[in-house]
Amino acid sequence: MSQKQPVELEFVSRPKFISNVYDSLLMVKRSSTYILRNTDQLLGTFFQPIMFLVLFTAVFNAVGLALPDDISYIDFLMAGIIVQTLAFGSTTTSIAVANDLQRGIVDRFKSLPMSNIAVLNGHVISDVFRNAISTVVMVVTGLLFGFRPDADFGAWMAIIGILVLFTLAFSWISAIMGVLAKSVEGVQWMSFLIVFPLTFASGAFAPTETLASWIKPFAENQPITHVIESVRALMLNQPVDDSVWLATIWCIGAIAVAMPLAALLFKRKTITV
Amino acid sequence: MTSEAAITVKGLRKSYGKNQVLRGVNLTVKRGTMLAILGPNGAGKTTTVRIMSTLLGFDAGTVTIEGHDVALSPDKVRAVIGLTGQSAAVDEILTGRENLIMMGQLYRLTKRSATLRADELLEQFDLVDAGKRSVKTYSGGMRRRLDLAVSLIATPPIIFLDEPTTGLDPRSRIAMWDIINKLKADGKTILLTTQYLEEADQLADNIAVIDGGKVIAEGTAKQLKAKVGKDRLELTFKKLTEFRAGERALGRLVVDGNKKELTVTLIINDTNKDVAQALAILTKEKVSISSMAIHKPTLDDVFLSLTGKSNQKGGKS
Repeated sequence: MSQKQPVELEFVSRPKFISNVYDSLLMVKRSSTYILRNTDQLLGTFFQPIMFLVLFTAVFNAVGLALPDDISYIDFLMAGIIVQTLAFGSTTTSIAVANDLQRGIVDRFKSLPMSNIAVLNGHVISDVFRNAISTVVMVVTGLLFGFRPDADFGAWMAIIGILVLFTLAFSWISAIMGVLAKSVEGVQWMSFLIVFPLTFASGAFAPTETLASWIKPFAENQPITHVIESVRALMLNQPVDDSVWLATIWCIGAIAVAMPLAALLFKRKTITV
Repeated sequence: MTSEAAITVKGLRKSYGKNQVLRGVNLTVKRGTMLAILGPNGAGKTTTVRIMSTLLGFDAGTVTIEGHDVALSPDKVRAVIGLTGQSAAVDEILTGRENLIMMGQLYRLTKRSATLRADELLEQFDLVDAGKRSVKTYSGGMRRRLDLAVSLIATPPIIFLDEPTTGLDPRSRIAMWDIINKLKADGKTILLTTQYLEEADQLADNIAVIDGGKVIAEGTAKQLKAKVGKDRLELTFKKLTEFRAGERALGRLVVDGNKKELTVTLIINDTNKDVAQALAILTKEKVSISSMAIHKPTLDDVFLSLTGKSNQKGGKS
C-alpha cells in the first residue's frame, strides 16, 4: 500500500492462562486511562468523599448522638463513610460495562483472539484503583477534621484487605447490573436504589442499637454493617468480635458468586444474541 | 479446504424465534477477490457477516474461513479476519494511536510491532495528526477510517466490511473506496456488504444479491446486468398526437410507453442497426422526435427485476 517497506510483524505466543492475564492488564490500562481522562468523574472521586465527610460530621455532630466509649463522632463516622463511598464508587463499573455493551467496541473485542472476561476484569480492577484514591483523600481530610485513628500496621493491613475485598465484591455485583442493564441511565438508577438503602440501613452513621426497631434486625446483620464494624474496630483499636471474619466471608462469598455469574452473563450477551 | 475458496458458506440458517432471518444462504469467496453482498435493509446482510466473524451463533449450515470452521474453531477464525462494522468499534476516550496499539497487542503482536504498525497505518489512512487526539473529536469519516485501520492491524488476509460507507458524506465515501481498492490491490480477500448498488458495481469482483434471507442472484456486475436485459432506446416526442402515431408506427418493437412523458422504450440488440431502423420507420411515417437516449442496464434495474421492488437508499439495517 505505501512505498515504504512494510513493518515486519512479530507475534508473541504465550500459554493461554498467561495470555488471559496479559489481556486483563491491557484492559486495566484502558479502564484506568478512562478514569484519568474523564475529568468530571475524577473531580467526583476527589470531592465527593470530602463533601460527604464534612457534611455528615457537621450535621450529626449537631444532633449529638450518644456513642459508646466516648468516641468522637468523626472517629465513629470514618469507617461508615469510607465504606459508603466505596459502595457508590463501585457502581461506576456498572456504568462502564453498560457503556461498552451499548457501543460497537464489544464487537471489536469479540472478534479479537482475546479473553472476553478481560474487559470486565479491566473495569473492576481499575475501580479498585479509583476507590483507593477516594479513600486516601477521605482519610487525609478526616485527619484534618479531627479523625484520630489508633491502629497499628497490622490493623491497617487488615483494613486495606477488607476494603479491597469489599470493593471487588461490589464491583462484580455492579458488573452484573451493567450487563443486565438496558441503558446507561437505567443502570445508574438501579445502583442508586440498591446502594442507598443498603448503606443507610447499616451501622454507618449511627450505632445500630439506636435505629428504629423495624429496621434494626436487618441493619445489625447485613454484610455492609459487618464490613463497617470490622473496619471501625480495627481503626479505633477496639475488640473486633466476629465482625472481621463475617465481613471477610461475606465479601469472598459475594465475589465467588458474582464474578462467574457476571462472566457468564457477559459471554451470553455478547455471543449468542 | 479447497485451494481457491477463502470463504465458503453453505446452507446457512438463522432465526430469531419465529422470524427467519437467513433461509439457506450459500456463498463462496475466492482468495484475493472481493464479493459484495447487496441487499435492502433487513435482507440479512449484517446477520451473515456477524455469523462469519464469530459474533453470532447460527441454527444450521456451515461456514468455513481459510479452512477453519467458524462454529468449531472460532479463535482460529478470529486470528485471520478483520472486521469493520457499521458502528465504528473504536474506543472513544483513547486516542487513535492508543486504539491501534491496544488492539495490536490484543492481536498478540509484540508492543514494538504494534507501535510500528500503528504508525504505519496512521500514515496510510491519513490520520497522523488525528492519531494524537481522542477519538471523541473525530468526524464520521475519520472514525470509519480508524475502525478499518484497527481491523488491519495484524494484517489479516480476510476482511469483512459491513456497510463501510453507510452514513458517510460523498467525499468520505470516495476516500473509503480508495482505501478499499488499495486493499484489493494488496491481494486481500474482502467481503463487503452494501445497500448501494453503485458501491458494489464500483468495487466488487462478484456480487451476491440477497433478499429475504436468501441469495437470489450471483455473478459479476456485467453478468447480473445481462440477466436483466439489453440496452434500451428511449424516444421522446413533442406532442401527444405524435407520441400516438410513433407508438403505432413502431408497433411490436415498443416495450414500454409513457403517455405523460411522451416517451416510448425499445429494446435494442444491435445499436447501429436497431436505432437506424427505428428512425427510418418514424421518418417514413413523418413523425418527429424531440430527443433520443440509449440506456445501459444499471444494478438498480437488476435489483428491481429480481426483487420486484426498488432498493431504498439510506438508513441503516
